[in-house]
Amino acid sequence: MYLKENLTAYKTILIKEILRFSRIWLQTIIPPAITMGLYFIIFGQLIGSQISDINGHTYMDYIVPGLIIMSIISSSYSNVVSSFYGTKFHHHIEELLVSPIANITIIAGYVSGGVARGLIVGLIVTIVSLFFTQISIHSYAITFFVAILTAILFSLAGLINAIFANSFDDITIVPTFILTPLTYLGGVFYSIEMLPEFWQNVSLINPVLYMVNAFRMGMLGVSDASLGVAILIIISFIILLTSICLGLLYKGVGIKK
Amino acid sequence: MKTMKALKIKNLKKTYKNGFQALKGIDLEIKEGDFFALLGPNGAGKSTIIGVICSLINKSSGQISILGHDLNQAPHEAKQHLGVVPQEFNFNVFEPVEEILVNQAGYYGVNRAEAFKRAEIHLKQLDLWDKRRDMAQSLSGGMKRRLMIARALMHNPKILILDEPTAGVDIEIRRSMWAFLQKINEQGTTIILTTHYLEEAEQLCKQIAIINQGVIIKNCAMEELLSELDSECLELHLKTAIENTPSLGHYPVRLKNQTTLEVEIKKGESLNTLFELLTLNNINIESIRNKSNRLEQLFLNLVTPSKKIQESD
Repeated sequence: MYLKENLTAYKTILIKEILRFSRIWLQTIIPPAITMGLYFIIFGQLIGSQISDINGHTYMDYIVPGLIIMSIISSSYSNVVSSFYGTKFHHHIEELLVSPIANITIIAGYVSGGVARGLIVGLIVTIVSLFFTQISIHSYAITFFVAILTAILFSLAGLINAIFANSFDDITIVPTFILTPLTYLGGVFYSIEMLPEFWQNVSLINPVLYMVNAFRMGMLGVSDASLGVAILIIISFIILLTSICLGLLYKGVGIKK
Repeated sequence: MKTMKALKIKNLKKTYKNGFQALKGIDLEIKEGDFFALLGPNGAGKSTIIGVICSLINKSSGQISILGHDLNQAPHEAKQHLGVVPQEFNFNVFEPVEEILVNQAGYYGVNRAEAFKRAEIHLKQLDLWDKRRDMAQSLSGGMKRRLMIARALMHNPKILILDEPTAGVDIEIRRSMWAFLQKINEQGTTIILTTHYLEEAEQLCKQIAIINQGVIIKNCAMEELLSELDSECLELHLKTAIENTPSLGHYPVRLKNQTTLEVEIKKGESLNTLFELLTLNNINIESIRNKSNRLEQLFLNLVTPSKKIQESD
């Protein structure tokens, strides 16, 4: 079996997810574009004009990839965490549990929904950035590949958060206390070469740094980390988080009595 | 010809994390095509059984097979045959009615074009077609119940489990739901029903199991169970008021108020003697009714002793 049935089920979850965030586009699509637009104005134009070039690029150009990948990270994460926790809270997770759908299909469906929202928001932020600077993409393939892998990774992280969450507070704790600091300290606004050596080494522990820099490599052709290492780290995390999700769904943690 | 078992449960046990043993070794077999009632007082274990069958609750031990497919070994085949109408509303209230049905079909591998066709059939059958574009949250309680029935039928299940499907709906809708369920049962769908309305179970079901404190205490044909009732209580409404309780021979009698008498008669006993005695006492009867639902009486007889034991513990 069941490949055909599971493919239909996968498409069903994906369409459901896309319709869900499209219905509430004012909450899901527009806010990141406005926030990032403000970053472009304040950090890029006002403050950035006082900062010298980094790795041969103006400060505005340098932060564009970081802000795009930051919006992809937060959108894909928040899409899955809020949607999946919503299905638990309103009990329609039972629709999935009763059905013969495979756990991997559930994961793939929700993660793809997160990726879809992440990429749409990323595209809109890219369009917004065009009002402030001209972007010439160094490598479309690397840019797109890293964007998708990053969105997959943070969608998986959002799913794990949702599985464990017991209240709406629980779905905001991780983004507030872990995700946002890691992203801000992940080289979105600066190159780690600007840091003292000790803090450079500390920064290398932060996985988000590799995603930001891999994406920057795709867009600008410059990076603080090796592209190969970055992709290896992202894929390793994807495999790890997928395995954790499968284990949690199999045991019914957070979703079954 | 040997009939296939729609559902077979063997030594099913469930102990919750807090140590409460909800199921203490349930054995149950339900034939294909049956209309089966699973009754029991609150907390008896009905919803736990349903939850385990529907994969919403992890069992502690035991085996469940659905139309010959073990739920653990072959979950896809087993689940494909199950349709579930739960006690609580469990659909996305922020989705349009039609979308809820189409999504449900999709989870069972039914493609979108076919799902829309089926949704139209079921929504029309359950009188919800006009509401197909409305958000589910705008539906009335009765409509939400019917929506859950329509949703459960989207993948053409061979077994339909209904956990108190008519709770909180008015009598008119309840009757129309009964008629609908009887129709689909006649068309071959096995139906398993839990309900607090014992009249509902008596009207609809062919087989019955009563569960109490995690144990099946009765499992037989409805007719067989009803035949166990050895007496009935008749309520007689009098044309003219009387002051004192009359003597009606061997019939236990109670004067409820000046115009209402309650008389207990043994099963199979002729009513002629009773009416002769009433005539002798110059009592004029205006109307007569069976005071209690028959199944209700039996249910109380079966369940009350154990409740009393529990209370005295």
